[in-house]
Amino acid sequence: MTNTISCIEKADVILVTGSNTTENHPVLSSYIKRAVTQRGTKLIVIDPRRIKLADFAEYWLRQNLGSDVAWINGMMNVIISEDLYDKEFVANRTEGFEDLKKTVEKYTPEYTQKITGIPVDQLSEAARLYAKAKVSSICYCMGITQHIGGTDNVKSLANLAMLCGHMGKDGSGVNPLRGQNNVQGACDLGGLPNVYTGYQPVADLAVAKRMEEAWGVSGLSTKPGLTVTKMIPKAYEGELKSLYIMGENPMVSDPDLNHAEKSFANLDFLVVQDIFLTETAKLADVVLPSKCFAEKEGTFSNTERRVQRVRKAVEPPGDAKDDWKIMCDISTRMGYAMSYENSSQIMDEIASVTPSYAGINYERIDYEGIHWPCPNTEHPGTPVLHREQFTRGNGLFHAIEYIEPAEQVDNDYPMYLTTGRVLYHYHTGTMTMKSAGLNERSPACFIEISQEDAEKYALNDGAQATVASRRGDIQARVKISDKAVAGTIFIPFHFVEAAANKLTNAALDPISGIAEVKVCAVKLSSAA
Amino acid sequence: MRENQTIVLNGNEISFEPGETVLEVARRSSIDIPTLCHLKGASPTGNCRVCIVEVEGEQNLLPSCDTPASGGMVVHTESAKVVEARKLIIQLMLSSGNHNCAIRGAEGNDWTKFQMGVQAQDQSGELCPAWGDCRLQDLAYRYQVSAEKHLETEVPYPMETVNPFIVRDFSRCIKCGRCVQACNEVQVNNAINFGYQGADVKIVTPGDKPLKDSECVFCGECVQVCPVGALVEKDARYQVRPWETAKVRTTCSYCGVGCQIYLHVKDNKVVAVSGVEDVAPNYGSLCVKGRFGYDFIGSSERLTTPLIKEGGEFREATWDEALDMVAKRFADIKSRHGADSIGVLTSARVTNEENYIANKFTRAVLKTNNIDHCARL
Ligand code: SF4
Ligand code: SF4
Ligand code: FES
Repeated sequence: MTNTISCIEKADVILVTGSNTTENHPVLSSYIKRAVTQRGTKLIVIDPRRIKLADFAEYWLRQNLGSDVAWINGMMNVIISEDLYDKEFVANRTEGFEDLKKTVEKYTPEYTQKITGIPVDQLSEAARLYAKAKVSSICYCMGITQHIGGTDNVKSLANLAMLCGHMGKDGSGVNPLRGQNNVQGACDLGGLPNVYTGYQPVADLAVAKRMEEAWGVSGLSTKPGLTVTKMIPKAYEGELKSLYIMGENPMVSDPDLNHAEKSFANLDFLVVQDIFLTETAKLADVVLPSKCFAEKEGTFSNTERRVQRVRKAVEPPGDAKDDWKIMCDISTRMGYAMSYENSSQIMDEIASVTPSYAGINYERIDYEGIHWPCPNTEHPGTPVLHREQFTRGNGLFHAIEYIEPAEQVDNDYPMYLTTGRVLYHYHTGTMTMKSAGLNERSPACFIEISQEDAEKYALNDGAQATVASRRGDIQARVKISDKAVAGTIFIPFHFVEAAANKLTNAALDPISGIAEVKVCAVKLSSAA
Repeated sequence: MRENQTIVLNGNEISFEPGETVLEVARRSSIDIPTLCHLKGASPTGNCRVCIVEVEGEQNLLPSCDTPASGGMVVHTESAKVVEARKLIIQLMLSSGNHNCAIRGAEGNDWTKFQMGVQAQDQSGELCPAWGDCRLQDLAYRYQVSAEKHLETEVPYPMETVNPFIVRDFSRCIKCGRCVQACNEVQVNNAINFGYQGADVKIVTPGDKPLKDSECVFCGECVQVCPVGALVEKDARYQVRPWETAKVRTTCSYCGVGCQIYLHVKDNKVVAVSGVEDVAPNYGSLCVKGRFGYDFIGSSERLTTPLIKEGGEFREATWDEALDMVAKRFADIKSRHGADSIGVLTSARVTNEENYIANKFTRAVLKTNNIDHCARL
């Protein structure tokens, strides 16, 4: 996030898109709901489902799946043609405005309606509301990123915010909500194929040299590696021979699972390190038991870039070990000795090789976490990014054209499917499904459809139905819901028995390598 | 008009900011006015009246949580009049239901009958489940109040136990309304409110349905703020007493908000979770996963030993065996097919330190940049 979570309450207008906030980030959603009910903040929700948050919204705009670039361009078209943009901000802090203007010219509200399904008036009114407010903030989540045009979507939201000068102030900014507890940290600490810690590029020779010195090695590769969504096809083709998977369960979370399973089977050697024998671990050659968060010392970085402590509360079961210790032991056996007293010592090493974490140590974050960038131990951290200027100096507008989702409905597969989570479960359910109470509240997969579709397909609430795509099919019970809009099905992806990802499309965003699990074409039928 | 921005609290002159309540000024100056219904971050309701103070020139005692400080006010927080009124309020609450803790008073000869009655209703042989962790009990001790004069109580509404997380025990509800504030003003889930009239007042969902059939999302905010034993975590009720547990502060391991939580530990087991109040980002709030989704930690399905697959079946292995094998196979594959034939998936679930080590291991030892995690999924 460019801002903090509590900044959200300071906004006059909040635009939430592609985030079912009350179910996926419930505590954060309270900030939004409080702003609306207690401070008069106006909320705009743009989502294919009529999610709970829509009850609190001034406008709920329902876009067709995968049409985000179009509605964002459409809003910018309104804002530019009605002269509502922040000219000073655009002139002083941005580049590329003319190109942007040219591109969005054709996205008149009428043209935009044809693509997105959003009525002309609603789009214009929402655009005005967002632009005119003194402090406006945007929050988005996977509904924006998990598309072949996901990177385009994110850049478009940044365009919109910059156009209106809604950046770098308390309460205004563009805020991705991280879905998993430490996604931010995994990205910050080098868990990406193209960068070392703190986003230092692997292709940069100077960086590689610094790392070689710090680590006492030579010959670090300067060639960016493979993303997870590329590793799997490479395994399928036989080029990738071995995978070491830690704490992840791609056998449920991956798009197009049938293909993924064959890919894993094709590996020469698969190591899985986890707290449970997950679906993925079952395929492994070696399984290594690790500690869970309640058994270890360390830190997580939350969605607002705040580095916070994790502390040991209980002893691990059996022989389970710290993930870092296991890796150090393997490394030592492979001839590169790695050993640390404790995780605090590792953090000190992180600080020494990572400018944005340089000022962070356990003593400083004992009571309250610190937001990176934090360049030295006197620095208080940086709650709001881009206050004076963007990382690259001026903010660059990206002129972006709308592209269609990789798969369209047709006669054979006439409905759209989108996927997501429910309140009571988390990701592939390996943790939440161990709680009887959570299972009682949300016992099984379901197929969420609208009343119209239920009538059209003669399906009652609770009826067993089949959903099929070009890649597979699953069965689950029908749930008729007023969240659903006719023509679009929603299925949560948590459940192994009816894994939504057997249906989803693995088509990738060429830049981020994220798969388009939020849109594919399916057909629905009674399973009785 | 700056001159009169002070009030006199128990004889001390204290300045205040416009808009501050008497309670806030007192708290800031370490003068302890007791409260029950007051909930930080929510609007004051004045329900419990425990926080009453004497303001010179005012005929009635005023609730300090709902009385703005004004210039020249002279306030007494523990005068004889205040203490007497406060005692009565506490006494009435204490005698209003199944408050079967020791403080309730053991002199009356009906005590045994009362205890037995409550314990029969609760199907427990113990004192109140909130015993030792109850604001009403604390206050009764502080003001040496007991309730033996009022032993007859009638419990108008049965306990609600039909959801997996929260027991609603109306026999111990003091109608302070903190839960209502928490649900409507802090979490804004709008699931519960005051219902019925007069002596029949009950905290209800619309239509007085059980929580499980209401808008309730089981965030448990109401449980965390309930000052007495009226709202209790189902699994901890009568199982976990505060003095048997240790609290460890950590960060929730579900979504990216990173709520600050306490794990309550008894016999090496996490038995409850609560939100850490007064610190960002959550200021005490949690969601259902964070508060109630902790069973996986002590699950019997946890992996406890390395496993090696042989002939399609797993067998248990020692760490030495497993690590030797992994190191050898990695080295072997690397030398035969090149470093880029190996990939590492680190995790959004493990710590920063572990992600760093995964990054170091992949790049410095395996010598490839094939490292990623599943955030894209
Ligand atoms: S349930 Fe607890 S918090 Fe709610 S009114 Fe009763 S005593 Fe107060
Ligand atoms: S658990 Fe949460 S939603 Fe349910 S009544 Fe309590 S505060 Fe409201
Ligand atoms: S705390 Fe002030 S009236 Fe209850």
